[in-house]
Amino acid sequence: MELYWYIIIALVFAMFFVLDGYDFGAGIIHLFFAKTEEDKEVIAKSAGLFWDSNEVWLVAGGGMLFMAFPTYYASVFSGFYLPLIIVLWLIMLRAIGLEFRSQFNFSMWKSIWDTLFGISSLLLALFFGIALGNIVRGVNLGGVEGGVSVYEGHYFFLPLWDGSFSPLTNHPGVIDWFTLIIGVIAVVVLAIHGANWIILKTDSSINQKLKSIIFKLNIVLSILTVISLSAWNFINPDALSNFSDRPYLLIFPLIYFVGIIGLFFINKIKNDTHAFYLSCMIIIGGITSSLASLFPVILPSTNDINESLTIYNTSTSAYGLSVAFNWGIVGLILLVIYFIVQKRLMSGKIDHMDYGH
Amino acid sequence: MEDMILYDRLQFAFTITFHYLFPQLTMGLSLIIVYFKGQFLRTKLDKYNDAAKFFMKIFAINFTMGVITGIPMEFQFGTNWAKFSELTGGIIGQTLAMEGLFSFFLESSFLVLFIFGEKLMGQKLHLLTAFLVFLGSWASGYFILATNAWMQNPVGYEILENGKYVLENFSALFSNPWLLPAFLHNQMASLVTSSFVVASIGAFYVLSKSNVEYGKLFLKTGVLFGLVSSLLVAFPTGDWNAKNVAKYQPASFAAMEGIFETEHAGAEIVLIGQPNMVEKKLDNKIAVPNILSFLTYQDWNKQIPGMDQFKEEELPTNVPGLYYSYHIMVGLGTIFIGVMGLAFFFLMRGKLFGFKPLLWTIMCLVPFPYIANITGWYVAELGRQPYLVYGLLKTVDGISPTVSSGNTLFTLLGFVGIYFLLGVLFLILVGKTIYQGPTPQKH
Repeated sequence: MELYWYIIIALVFAMFFVLDGYDFGAGIIHLFFAKTEEDKEVIAKSAGLFWDSNEVWLVAGGGMLFMAFPTYYASVFSGFYLPLIIVLWLIMLRAIGLEFRSQFNFSMWKSIWDTLFGISSLLLALFFGIALGNIVRGVNLGGVEGGVSVYEGHYFFLPLWDGSFSPLTNHPGVIDWFTLIIGVIAVVVLAIHGANWIILKTDSSINQKLKSIIFKLNIVLSILTVISLSAWNFINPDALSNFSDRPYLLIFPLIYFVGIIGLFFINKIKNDTHAFYLSCMIIIGGITSSLASLFPVILPSTNDINESLTIYNTSTSAYGLSVAFNWGIVGLILLVIYFIVQKRLMSGKIDHMDYGH
Repeated sequence: MEDMILYDRLQFAFTITFHYLFPQLTMGLSLIIVYFKGQFLRTKLDKYNDAAKFFMKIFAINFTMGVITGIPMEFQFGTNWAKFSELTGGIIGQTLAMEGLFSFFLESSFLVLFIFGEKLMGQKLHLLTAFLVFLGSWASGYFILATNAWMQNPVGYEILENGKYVLENFSALFSNPWLLPAFLHNQMASLVTSSFVVASIGAFYVLSKSNVEYGKLFLKTGVLFGLVSSLLVAFPTGDWNAKNVAKYQPASFAAMEGIFETEHAGAEIVLIGQPNMVEKKLDNKIAVPNILSFLTYQDWNKQIPGMDQFKEEELPTNVPGLYYSYHIMVGLGTIFIGVMGLAFFFLMRGKLFGFKPLLWTIMCLVPFPYIANITGWYVAELGRQPYLVYGLLKTVDGISPTVSSGNTLFTLLGFVGIYFLLGVLFLILVGKTIYQGPTPQKH
């Protein structure tokens, strides 16, 4: 049962990053590449129409994580207190930026809220990447100091950074050079994803230019991927042993690399939907590969005293998990139906779509 | 430790108070929208359809605000109340996850369909989407109340050796005797807020002589819904709740009613007075003898235990706060019945739309149902103190063990700043929507 819930929750979160990811990405593109007012307007709209229904996935995933793995929820959310609250603020500031910009037709007014929207999108992508980096790097569970736990073995607390920015110290912060690399990867991936989304959903004047931007970002992404893999191997020598023990898990990195390789042919891809699917593959492959490399661990311990958090030592009772599975399946089927209906209703370019607000 | 618990509680109180400004409107408003849409199908009069679409715009703004202020609520269980989440997540996680998965999705998906799909679906399906939005928002309330009911009156659980609470009986969560009265009371209260909003927008249109025809429709609808809901919120739902508190949390009952000393021949009902915690009495008290015993037990002489019957550590930690919250809620509820009753009387005689003092009163009263709803929640939450889970888990034992008070104060201040911006945005959006008015159907 733990395994089923783990897969369900991982998929819901992956969906969240694919969906909200494109509107984060649209924000990044908006910040750096949108120059004319028409383009800014339409790119903001391509995010503004969808962000709130995309964030419903975060709520659903959070709720299920809380129910199925309460010890994990408690440990991770309190341990990563500051970055999580900052993420909440960024989510709100982004919404504020998106909704404020269209309230008055006055260019200085718009540029303030456009900048807020763009920067908070960029920082959100960075923070989500850093979060993933923290989970694969692991934390000092129990806050071990000189061989003694300061807290209960499954609790920890991380400052945003410590002076050395090194993942190898006793008490690494949330931001160190390793997690920062993962954060930058997330920014690049979501920028590609957002660019694909804009090409797919709008007739902006920069669509053609965005294709060459995607190509260039894809080169950057390939280089960063190699760097991050060797860095990961450097800080944790058996990081990739799960893949050699269970070769079928290699399907997840394969999804990631097919996405990257495919996007090198962005200028030859006729159907914009296909390009969008390729960047979806990069996101899903990246997340699932990271999780698969850790499995069944979901938060590694960096000391020898307290054991890592796994799906087995953080879950609720077997009865709770199985009774929830009954309603969970119904809920997930509804969720998929909802998703398909919404996609069909909102298909096509949004340039001339009228927003209800 | 003292600072820590203070900031944790302040942050949760502040963020939940702000959050609850929005769902209390959407839950009630969704029902009124179903009514408008249904009336349109029955009468074929365009004004009903325009009204439904106009209020769905207001609904959408409030729903969006509810989503972005709701995510921090879910997160805070883990960030600030980690020990509580760890110990009870196996139980309250069930109802919270169901809320996220079912009702939230229902509401947001059918809201999108309602806004974009009228032409595509035809009128009957459009009514159905409105109904499903209503169903989603009420289901949302139901799951949240089920969560809170477990904290007020824990049922269906088992305590493991390591101190964790795990689920023993899933259906017990929903047959909790605390749940149904609390849910119905809460929904009626949210209908009061929505009725006042509808009626006061109507009063504004009639008084400002813009969109007058819509104004009359909104006033009529708001007053009808407002009278019925403000009666139902008091009786029977409020009555049921008070009886539940008396039965399951007698110490809270004594504190909220302001009974310091037990009276042997029936308890009086306090109308006005200020709790004096030093001398353990009410200052400047105005009270009516024996009424409380009658209201609670239908027996004029039934003894009701006062605060003197409980140990200090069993009493709510903030007696004056609890007492005032309760009396503000009840006092405002009484005023709502009076105003809506009067408005209904004039409406029936056909004189409401010309009676300016009453229209002004209705328009200016709009903040007060919000205050009544929020103080009602304060009664529930302050009344449960010093416990998080009544009788089982103390509030001090639920906070995150590794987060320092400096960090919590930092995030509390940040929330205050961002919510200020959100509040301004909300007022601009709603203000513009009301100013523009409903869009008449084009033929």
